[in-house]
Amino acid sequence: MAISNNRLTKEQYIQNFSDIHPPFEHPEGAIIEANRCLNCYDAPCTKSCPTSIDVPLFIRQISTDNLKGSAKTILSSNIMGAACSKVCPVEKLCEGACVYNLLDEKPIEIAKLQRYSAEKAIINNWKLFERKQAIGKKVAIVGAGPAGLACAHALAKEGIDVTIFEKESKGGGLMTYGVAAYKVSDKLCDDEVDFILSIGGIEVKYNKTLGIDFSIADLQKQFDAVFLGIGVGIANTLNIPGEDLEGVEDAISFIYDIRTKNHNSIKIGDKVAVIGMGMTAIDAATQSKRLGAEEVIMIYRRTENEKPCTQVELDIAKLDGCSFIWLASPKEIRGENGKVKSIVCNKMELGEPDASGRKSPIETGETFEIEVDMVIKATGQMPYLDIINQSEVKNNKGKILIDKSNSTNLKGVFAGGDAVNGGKEVVDAVQAGKDAAKAILEYLI
Amino acid sequence: MANLQSNFLGIKSPNPFWLASAPPTDKKINVLRAFEAGWGGVVWKTLGSQIKNVSSRYSAIGYNGRRAVGFNNIELISDRPLEINLKEIIEVLKLFPDRAMVVSLMADNDRDSWHEMVKKVEDTGAHGIELNFGCPHGMVERGMGAAVGQDPEIAKMVVEWVMEVATIPIITKLTPNVHSVVPGAIAAIEGGTNGLSLINTIQSITGIDLDTLVPNPNVGGQSVYGGYCGPAVKPIALKFLTTLSQDEKINQVPISGIGGITTWKDAAEFMLLGASNVQVCTAAMVSGFKIITDLCDGLNNWMDEKGYKTIDDFIGLSVPKITKWEELDLNFHIVANINQDKCIHCGLCYIACEDTSHQAINIERGNPYNNYTINEPECVGCNLCQIVCPVTECITMVEQRKGDESINWIEFQKRGLKLNDH
Repeated sequence: MAISNNRLTKEQYIQNFSDIHPPFEHPEGAIIEANRCLNCYDAPCTKSCPTSIDVPLFIRQISTDNLKGSAKTILSSNIMGAACSKVCPVEKLCEGACVYNLLDEKPIEIAKLQRYSAEKAIINNWKLFERKQAIGKKVAIVGAGPAGLACAHALAKEGIDVTIFEKESKGGGLMTYGVAAYKVSDKLCDDEVDFILSIGGIEVKYNKTLGIDFSIADLQKQFDAVFLGIGVGIANTLNIPGEDLEGVEDAISFIYDIRTKNHNSIKIGDKVAVIGMGMTAIDAATQSKRLGAEEVIMIYRRTENEKPCTQVELDIAKLDGCSFIWLASPKEIRGENGKVKSIVCNKMELGEPDASGRKSPIETGETFEIEVDMVIKATGQMPYLDIINQSEVKNNKGKILIDKSNSTNLKGVFAGGDAVNGGKEVVDAVQAGKDAAKAILEYLI
Repeated sequence: MANLQSNFLGIKSPNPFWLASAPPTDKKINVLRAFEAGWGGVVWKTLGSQIKNVSSRYSAIGYNGRRAVGFNNIELISDRPLEINLKEIIEVLKLFPDRAMVVSLMADNDRDSWHEMVKKVEDTGAHGIELNFGCPHGMVERGMGAAVGQDPEIAKMVVEWVMEVATIPIITKLTPNVHSVVPGAIAAIEGGTNGLSLINTIQSITGIDLDTLVPNPNVGGQSVYGGYCGPAVKPIALKFLTTLSQDEKINQVPISGIGGITTWKDAAEFMLLGASNVQVCTAAMVSGFKIITDLCDGLNNWMDEKGYKTIDDFIGLSVPKITKWEELDLNFHIVANINQDKCIHCGLCYIACEDTSHQAINIERGNPYNNYTINEPECVGCNLCQIVCPVTECITMVEQRKGDESINWIEFQKRGLKLNDH
């Protein structure tokens, strides 16, 4: 067993990482599906969308061949509506609420329809939004992820001059660096950022890191207001022996590498254990398989019933040939010559519900050992505690505390997205950015 | 198994479905294919003086992603030489002697031309002749088609010319491009016609290409009014048909029903409103001749279910159920009821009633699903909520009479009863 790169042919890499969300190939497909929509009143789909996209309206606009109107309906509520249509867990949100479910019929393919018009707007750079004349106010935004970009767009539209500071060399945040490559293409991520910036009035300073290149206090001095959309980033550790062995990786870095490097340069083991069952764990497991791992085993301490990922996500992992060990928690990673050789797990059983409402896993005392040559940790992310603590921003273990008006304890400093909620969906971050923009406008004007 | 056999003025066919005079009946090859598929009869595409057709000829409108719910044509009568048509009619009659062969005619507007045409058709052995007084385009400008049908006096005169020589049944096809089809029908009967058929197509513009701004169909950058047909015209045709069925002078002759018939249900409706048989065109043009299978099968199953042994058992049964407004019972009252077990919370009933009707549906907001109930005192029983509800039998209309006695508007006025419920 060994960890190695370049396991597949060029064609196999292309095949394995191509878009799993193909658009409607022909207008007929979109129009037939759009016409299936009942156009509900006070629609459950809209109410289930964190950004409250007027779903019946944008679908009706597709059915009447008003694609620009449709794209504007989507993007007015969610400026990252194109990418969200690929990464949202829609079966828990809009599509899950579609009334067709109550008829035991297939829900409207809302995400696919949303891609149909929103993606066209992004690719063709339709001029859907117009910036008001500059009003002479400057806002700094830290982080060009979904929250920061949504906030920037909403502010720029109202004539605010926005400067975004981004630690990476590209915008998009999690979308560009943190989700499986087969869900959103790099091209779409780039195009989406360009589309958002095309409104004008937004300058992005790339490769500028908070805490290294500038401080919150610096921004407070130079700008009329500040928005912190710095997300979360550091992978949780397992706190078990053997984590420093060669072959132990965290899912965040693993996915980051896949999104930023040539796929054939990414090393993967023959037999990979992925710890965790969230969306990021699934992305790590499926992409391990798609990089050519012979066997991928997902290890989760509860049962399938308590899984944090959606059924759709789990099905992707199943179809990719991943296997699953439920009710198991890593106890030790064992090595040989400094390299991973096996993982030892505690067998678990379910006890009383915990704070999350799910039944809590309890050790049974029994253990088992499986041979692996690579372990990917995907058990959640931590906020940037050290960076936050360099400032006076009030926080809870790194999660920034805000009030009802999205304001931190510092005057003129607002925050939102994963940095506040600890890590939710992209669509939640977009809404947080919108909310903060509204609050900032009230603060400034 | 019910008996679907039809006898229209002595013209027998194994089922009541004829293909209407139109492109599907223009040539031997088409008609043979139709008879092989099972059609009961045809009305051969109109024969007359030589004409020239244009390209393109058809246009259509779609609705909610469904194509051709309304169809339009600017094609004229048969553009093939008369001799070929007559020869082919003879050949088809030999191959399918059990099917109805009716020939549509539109001669030049003089007695001799009509006499000559009638005789030529009779020589083929055809079973009947349909007089085309309805074509709304192209021929009108030459004093034919709808130009005849729209003027009862001319219509009567032409029918009289035909009846002077005809020895086989004559059916007069009426145009709907008039205020009422009744005067034309009476004129045709006075002229001696043996039967009627309706409707021909309705003058229309189906739409405009919003890039070129040329209406459809586009003939080198220009268009003309066409004849409208297809499912969209069915309700209009049913109304025209019923005005004939209710007229004591007219309903003495059999009527062949035409206008958007697509399914066996449509056919049953035409026959319930007095049509002795039906003619189909657009549905076959859009879907092919094979639709005859379900037309026959569906009608047969319905007849079996209802106990009708022959089509004569139900022809006209719904005619007496169409009355005058002032004879409707004002004490009849229904209110909507929502079956909460079937409701999918789409809110379509609520918004329809709230925005455009009587604010008779209560809403209890929820996340993500609202609950809807009927506010009975406000419900006028208009049916709108039931019409928009996407779930079968979720909303039903429940009878809640305002009084035991049946009272119509005439009686209501006579007694000086109170107006305005609200």
